[in-house]
Amino acid sequence: MISVALWSVALLLSLAPVGIALSTRPRGSIVLYGACLAVTATLCIAALLHLFDPAHPVSSATLPIGLPWLGAHFRLDALSAFFLVVINLGGAAASLFALGYGAHEESPGRVLPFYPAYLAGMNTVVLTNDAFSFLVAWEFMSLTSWALVVAHHREAQNVRAGYVYLLMASFGTLALLLAFGLLANGAGYDFDAIRASHPSAALAGMVVILVLLGAGSKAGLVPLHAWLPLAHPAAPSHVSALMSGVMTKVAVYGFVRIVFDLLPEPEWWWSMVVLLVGGPTATLGVLYALMQRDIKRVLAYSTIENIGIIFTGLGLALAFKAQGLDWVAALAFTAAMLHVFNHALFKSLLFFGAGAVLEATGARDMEKFGGLIHRMPRTAFAMLVGCVAISALPPFNGFVSEWLTFQAILLSPQLPSWGLKLAIPAVGGLLALAAAFAAACFVKLYGISFLGRPRSDVAAAAHETDRFSLAAMFALAALCLVAGVLPGLFIDALAPVSKAMVGNVMPHQTGLQWLTIVPIAESRSSYNGLLVFLFVALCGTAAASAIHRLASDRLRRAPAWDCGYPDPNPAIQYSASSFSQPIRRVFGSVIFAAREIGEMPPPSSRAPARLTVELHDLIWEALYAPIAKAISFATEHINVLQFLTIRRYLTLVFVALIVLLLVVAL
Amino acid sequence: MNALRDILSQGVQMLLVLLLAPLLTGFVRKVKARLLRRRGPPLLQPYRDLVRLMRKDVVLADNASWLFRVIPYLMFAGTWVAACLVPTFGNGLLFSWSADLIAIIALLGSARFFQALAGMDVGTAFGGIGSSREVMIATLAEPAILMTVFAVAMIAGSTQLSNVAEFMGSTAVGLRVSLGMAFVALTIVALAENGRIPVDNPATHLELTMVHEAMVLEYSGRHLALVDLSSQLKLLLYVSLIACVFLPWGTATADAGVATLAFGALLFLGKLTVLGFLLALFETSIAKMRVFRIPEFLGAALMLALLATLLRFVSGSL
Repeated sequence: MISVALWSVALLLSLAPVGIALSTRPRGSIVLYGACLAVTATLCIAALLHLFDPAHPVSSATLPIGLPWLGAHFRLDALSAFFLVVINLGGAAASLFALGYGAHEESPGRVLPFYPAYLAGMNTVVLTNDAFSFLVAWEFMSLTSWALVVAHHREAQNVRAGYVYLLMASFGTLALLLAFGLLANGAGYDFDAIRASHPSAALAGMVVILVLLGAGSKAGLVPLHAWLPLAHPAAPSHVSALMSGVMTKVAVYGFVRIVFDLLPEPEWWWSMVVLLVGGPTATLGVLYALMQRDIKRVLAYSTIENIGIIFTGLGLALAFKAQGLDWVAALAFTAAMLHVFNHALFKSLLFFGAGAVLEATGARDMEKFGGLIHRMPRTAFAMLVGCVAISALPPFNGFVSEWLTFQAILLSPQLPSWGLKLAIPAVGGLLALAAAFAAACFVKLYGISFLGRPRSDVAAAAHETDRFSLAAMFALAALCLVAGVLPGLFIDALAPVSKAMVGNVMPHQTGLQWLTIVPIAESRSSYNGLLVFLFVALCGTAAASAIHRLASDRLRRAPAWDCGYPDPNPAIQYSASSFSQPIRRVFGSVIFAAREIGEMPPPSSRAPARLTVELHDLIWEALYAPIAKAISFATEHINVLQFLTIRRYLTLVFVALIVLLLVVAL
Repeated sequence: MNALRDILSQGVQMLLVLLLAPLLTGFVRKVKARLLRRRGPPLLQPYRDLVRLMRKDVVLADNASWLFRVIPYLMFAGTWVAACLVPTFGNGLLFSWSADLIAIIALLGSARFFQALAGMDVGTAFGGIGSSREVMIATLAEPAILMTVFAVAMIAGSTQLSNVAEFMGSTAVGLRVSLGMAFVALTIVALAENGRIPVDNPATHLELTMVHEAMVLEYSGRHLALVDLSSQLKLLLYVSLIACVFLPWGTATADAGVATLAFGALLFLGKLTVLGFLLALFETSIAKMRVFRIPEFLGAALMLALLATLLRFVSGSL
């Protein structure tokens, strides 16, 4: 099975130079994205077959590339297979979307060669089985995605995004490099050797911190998230979908592979660190999202929230595993992995929708949209499904994974450690807050963009997107519903992954009556998405048909009522900023140091009144800005060295020589 | 025989909540009017209003979309299903396992999500102000109720509402600090979620603090009837939720006979009367809050619920 995977990666890599040739052809993008679709779909099916293989085989291969005499090691186990499914499902959907969307690309030469290479990079990361190939593949993935971020490099903000992204990616890889360096101590670079070694507790703890920094910066954990909302929206929309929906999951893979697989039994404080990062990430990410006006930026910040939820699940799994409660650990771990899958589905869907809107209107600012449900009815429907799913509302899939995470939290009073006893309820509260904020955020996104009246001419003239893009969106929307009403199937598919990582599985689900899911015992909790969905659908249609038949089905169109004072000017509608004003006022004064300054002109003046809103990104100002300032200060002063006279240079060389000799002598 | 009884019990429950919901609203209105020395509308006025609205034409704003027309049905269906899953007179609900307490809260969340969207569909300033305030209230009310659910679920060892109710009815509960806190938090959230007086005023939309009534301003005819019925159902849901968790006495168990069920039903009516009266009394004795005082009110609920959960983590007996 691993040969299929490696051949697919090789095919994707060979498509990269083909992309250069195709980029000048009129229908080149269709050929390239079609080929990518075929390869990723094949690989997705192969990975699914591997995941569902009852024998749970582990196949490995060594290729004579990479370091001489060592070669590159590859391995396909349940965890890799699951992430291959996520990557290639997202990749196939993005390629299908790009069949239509890619035709509008202004500079295909900057996108087509890198797109298959980027897919190949992500696939390679989850297949590697030694530290060297892992890091090479990780960097390859980062660099190809960087090239895609700066594809539209004429816009100054994209260049800045690319610069910040490159810096943060280097920082992340450095942390991972150090982590592997520590692990390689006495074991070597091969993952099998690292697994067999027994690193000391202190060393393992240090590795966990480093991996949290390295993988966490790629995934977008607060406060290492600063690059994500800049870089993800800058790329073309199908690449944004891949970066947000899929690449952050590759980072989660890196964390899980090292912390759950390569390291020995966890200690309780590891989970504490992960939980204390994950919970605030979830809440802060979505609060940031609520304050944005740019539709793709909202989605990027909401990715940070979902990564927070995933890491909270992983933290809970670590806590239970450390305590030997591996049956609860299996529940928390499965919840996290299910959320990985779910988020890949709905975030890709939402980015596709945003891409369709961007293509139809040429704008990313939500204040320019409005009433798109009339002009783009199909896109609007698919987006509605995505918005409901990501807001964790039943009967869609986002609810199931959050529900499982909550069930794991409800079992955590069993943990003996006092730190965790105090931290977990707080994290539970943060997750609950994040869920409520997410609903508010997506009411805003959908209501401002798709409902109401057009706020600009471009929105009034928008048109429905093409068939391929719609097919990709509707396929993902359908999967969101299926994963929401039949979660048992997906939980069972994750059993081998959970078995391999935490040593236990959740109870078997698919055999249960009516396809209910029961995470622990029926007396404790159960949920049946199918029945809820059927009941709601049935009650809704029954009410509709009864009322239409027995009472009235007549309908008249008239101008809007609006308490008798309808204003034809669309500017009277609530805007994106005014919609979030109450939340900004309640939560923003602390978290964003938000201030509203109203300037009223004096009574006789005809000048307009002004309202200025000040928002501060405190994390950027407290963490990143000082570092950037210190570096620029240092470089400015060291720069003097470039403009010295020859005598001064000679003196410097002489002093350096003396110092070196002194060091050697002592 | 058992299966038949279960189906019957579930069916009776579904019809009961649907039929009782307008009555409860009418009762609260009547008591409020009497407390204010008014005569008030007749007890059955909400039914008449619903029937009259259903028979009228729908007057739809020119640029309302298909979503605007579907949302009343979605809201009604979501709220009704949620209300059917809360035990009223008996615990043995056939489908109680299909959604636990968290799922019931989330179903109500879905209904609210769509209601807020409906407020923004026509593109009027009134709808926007309502939706924007509704989601602000929800960002505090929803975590508060989830934390309350956590506290109660940890005490009862289950999030399954039937099991929670059964546990609360048994003697194993005892007096607990955390339960008291959860009760206060749940009451505050119930007031906010139903748009009752310190948070919102259900009787008017002509003041600047409006939330719920502003969102549904553009609805008319059968759509408005369904929206009204949903909010009546929601009030009944919260009252029966409080009754079944905190006043569980007399709720018939799963295998009870007809006599016990009938007694349970009578007792349930009594609980509704008492709680409805208390609600009316509370509403007449307190003033409406300014909109930016609401976060403090709900923040108190969130803190209490968080504290209750924390107490459960720290000590098993509190």
